[in-house]
Amino acid sequence: MNEREIRAVVLAELKRIAPEVDASALAPGRPLREQVDLDSMDWLNFLVALHERLKVEIPESDYAQLGTLDAVVGYLGRRHGAA
Amino acid sequence: MIEFKLPSLGSDMTEGKLLEWKVKPGEGVKRGDVVAVVDTTKAAVEVEIWQEGVVHELIVQPGETVPVGTVMALLLAPGESAAPQARKKVSPAARRRAAQLGVDLAGVRGSGPEGAVTLEDVERARQPAPPAPAAQPLERQAEMRRAIAAAMSRSKREIPHYYLSESVPLARAAEWLARENEKRPVTGRLLMAALLLKATALACKAYPEMNGHYREERHQPSEAVHVGVAISLRQGGLIAPAIHAVERLSLDELMSSLSDLVKRARAGSLRSSEMSDPTITVTNLGEGGVEVVFGVIYPPQVALVGFGAVRENKVVASVSADHRVSDGHRGALFLAAIARLLQEPEKL
Repeated sequence: MNEREIRAVVLAELKRIAPEVDASALAPGRPLREQVDLDSMDWLNFLVALHERLKVEIPESDYAQLGTLDAVVGYLGRRHGAA
Repeated sequence: MIEFKLPSLGSDMTEGKLLEWKVKPGEGVKRGDVVAVVDTTKAAVEVEIWQEGVVHELIVQPGETVPVGTVMALLLAPGESAAPQARKKVSPAARRRAAQLGVDLAGVRGSGPEGAVTLEDVERARQPAPPAPAAQPLERQAEMRRAIAAAMSRSKREIPHYYLSESVPLARAAEWLARENEKRPVTGRLLMAALLLKATALACKAYPEMNGHYREERHQPSEAVHVGVAISLRQGGLIAPAIHAVERLSLDELMSSLSDLVKRARAGSLRSSEMSDPTITVTNLGEGGVEVVFGVIYPPQVALVGFGAVRENKVVASVSADHRVSDGHRGALFLAAIARLLQEPEKL
């Protein structure tokens, strides 16, 4: 799965959690949870959905690496490739 | 004959619009079955039935708005049989058409003079009525705002609130949670919210005056602690459905229930018992950075617990409680119990 496909999965799952989000208006380098108003439960559900779609395990200790949309896509790309 | 009435799904509900029947005449039902979908001001709610029987007649039709307490359907109790059909007035044309279509006249509601079953009634009974549309988002938002206004005004008018807060150390709980989650896959991970809910429920068992309802001029404590979880909806508004008997759930069960409840609340598919049963509410506004929250009690409940942001491994826990039922001293002990329980997260 390439970077573009992973980004599409991330945005689709984000949209499922927060249907009001306009994906085209998201700044990929800015903090994601601030832009989308994701609380802890939304965030966990988002990560569970990504785990189930991409078969990538996401340890809690890695949450700090998932600050922005670009960071999430990059992280998943590396883990997906390694899986 | 059992009368199935539109239940009250919260103190802010006075009426509901039937969207859809999930059963038809002749069908057997048991306790806990979902029999109808009703639109309230807050959400489309799946309404359960708490008696066993056989559906005899569906009185209210999809699209109709009726007050709380209206008889919506009649059911035959186990072993009961329908009244002899001969007593029902049926026009000859309707009787012929019913025979042609195989419609059981016992389950047809008559709209003619003196309740006589007409040809139109038979035709209507032939096909279950299609589901009625639920409220549109903007309409729903306006209705929800009105309902919240009514319930909160009533609360402030009728309930003499008192408010207390306490800073609760969370270092041990946070460390325990981090250790637990390190071992768990993402699908089995716990949130601090689950620990806060469980600690509140256990504290309620020790201080029952914080749990239950105030009705008929007295507190009616509840044996089980059905915690209403305040959930903000993405399109605006607030809903606080219950997780049942939280004191008996393991943290894993509680986490799973919480996750499911949040998803269904936001998708608008809650059940009637979740709306009507909360015996205490917990609101957690810490995610937005709020330091402390003093909530307004949802009548007929008698207390609301609030949690603010976790800062430097501490959280401010608060209680808004009903002075008709408890006093500040007991409220303070209740908060202290929550704090104490959170110091031993492994026992929650």
